[in-house]
Amino acid sequence: MIQTTPIRQQRRKLINLIMLGFCMLATLLVIAPLIWIIAYVIQQGLPAINWSFFTQLPTPVGVPGGGIANALVGSAMTVGLGLLFAIPIGTLAGFYAATHPDNGLGVALRFSADVISGVPSIVMGIFAYTIIVLPQRHFSAFSGGVVLAFIMLPTLTRTTEEMIRMVPKSLREGSLALGAAEWKTSLSIILPAAFNGILTGVMLAIARAAGEAAPMLFTAFGNPFLNLDYRQPVATLPHTIFVYAIAPYEDWHAKAWATALVLISLVLLLNIFARLITWWRVRHIGTYH
Amino acid sequence: MLMTSQVSFLINKKHEKNDEKTLKMKIENLSVYYRNFRAIEMVNLPIYAQSITAIIGPSGCGKSTLLRALNRMNDLVPGARTEGQVFLDGMPIYVPNVDVVEIRRRIGMVFQRPNPFPKSIYDNVAYGPRLLGIHSRAKLDEIVERSLLAAALWDEVNDKLDQSGLSLSGGQQQRLCIARAIAIQPEVILMDEPASALDPIATLKIEELMGALKKAYTIVIVTHNMQQAARVSDYTAMMMLSDQAERSGTVIEFGETEQIFLNPKDKRTEDYVTGRFG
Repeated sequence: MIQTTPIRQQRRKLINLIMLGFCMLATLLVIAPLIWIIAYVIQQGLPAINWSFFTQLPTPVGVPGGGIANALVGSAMTVGLGLLFAIPIGTLAGFYAATHPDNGLGVALRFSADVISGVPSIVMGIFAYTIIVLPQRHFSAFSGGVVLAFIMLPTLTRTTEEMIRMVPKSLREGSLALGAAEWKTSLSIILPAAFNGILTGVMLAIARAAGEAAPMLFTAFGNPFLNLDYRQPVATLPHTIFVYAIAPYEDWHAKAWATALVLISLVLLLNIFARLITWWRVRHIGTYH
Repeated sequence: MLMTSQVSFLINKKHEKNDEKTLKMKIENLSVYYRNFRAIEMVNLPIYAQSITAIIGPSGCGKSTLLRALNRMNDLVPGARTEGQVFLDGMPIYVPNVDVVEIRRRIGMVFQRPNPFPKSIYDNVAYGPRLLGIHSRAKLDEIVERSLLAAALWDEVNDKLDQSGLSLSGGQQQRLCIARAIAIQPEVILMDEPASALDPIATLKIEELMGALKKAYTIVIVTHNMQQAARVSDYTAMMMLSDQAERSGTVIEFGETEQIFLNPKDKRTEDYVTGRFG
């Protein structure tokens, strides 16, 4: 056996300690801003939050009270419409790419998903403005939904593709060996087996889309009144934050913080809800991952 | 030299064997290619009804390829091509207008690693019958119970049919897969090393089960375990790579299991079954 000297041993231990220290420091540097941001938003936003903040419409400048009911409804509409468009298209495209990995169409899909996810959302907003808002001659929740669908699609196709690829091949063979048709196998076995992962992808997509303010300037536009018509403009949470934050009124700044807190909390609640579904499914249906 | 336990298994079995030979399947000059690689070459083999045929041989000699050729599972492998013919009750299955789905319903399969679907135990067994259009709850209940009883799993799971099939132990999962396969009452069951991922106790249960199942079904099993082949099978096919430059697997000897293990005709079979083959 080759002997090492005690000095070399000590040096090795010292270097190990220093490197470990750097890693911990880097970890803290990542965590700290997150906690700081959340704590600051809570501190600034919480005082302005009460029940009427959720149920009332905005009041004119100077009139006390008022809430963001219009933006809550508008965000639900735009994100909901976006999901309605993006989930079927995204999962089907991801499914195709996963099952035809060497096919040119699958390669093209992967490439375009990567490119689209790199396009700034404001550019998407201008695009939707040009193809939907201009021909229709008015802003609408519908155009907001379309632009959010575009923003969600890359995440949805890529996670669906990855998750379906992770489903063991033996499951597909097991189903086909029972005389199931290919489409039946995909629908009853492969998609449900990948469901938990796809759900996580949907949650990521919602979190991203729900926080988009820039494309809303060109599509949903904002609306101080409650609107349930998808053909009319609506207010959204991130857009409301933007409008309140750049205004010169102290009262509106407080509302911007409160709206930010609501947005963060909603995304968090949605994620907890998704975790519960996943947990329930793992318990009752089982999982291969 | 054969181990004495192996010999006693064979002698005991002689009495319970079915002497009538009915041909259930027939493999004729079968070769399977993966792109340019010939995996198996000119295989000829009879499969007798209501008996267990074991396919043995060293790793990589094409045992699984041969088994998967019998219900056309090789069709799923990109670039796979088959020459020759397989007959099921005299009907060729490698012909253009054959219904592959129908073939797979008549020839069930159990895989090397248990692969229950991520569904409840009940839904795993009911999956096949539902594919055939059976949706009456009473009828499904009956099929699920009958299949789980036949797979010797009913007593262990009858109080938790709504639990996930994946919550079971490995051995139970494999018996669930057998129950799933027999739920649609196939005529032939193919088993690809069904016990290789299981412990000895679970293996024994699967082997006992096979003995019971052969009364109703024709079973073909691929196994690495020669004692297992000797214990459970009535017929044995010995596969080996050919000595030619292009090495593909083929059946070098087929016969009743006693004959293969006690009195092999081919020197290579003798070397393999006596453990002299490396």
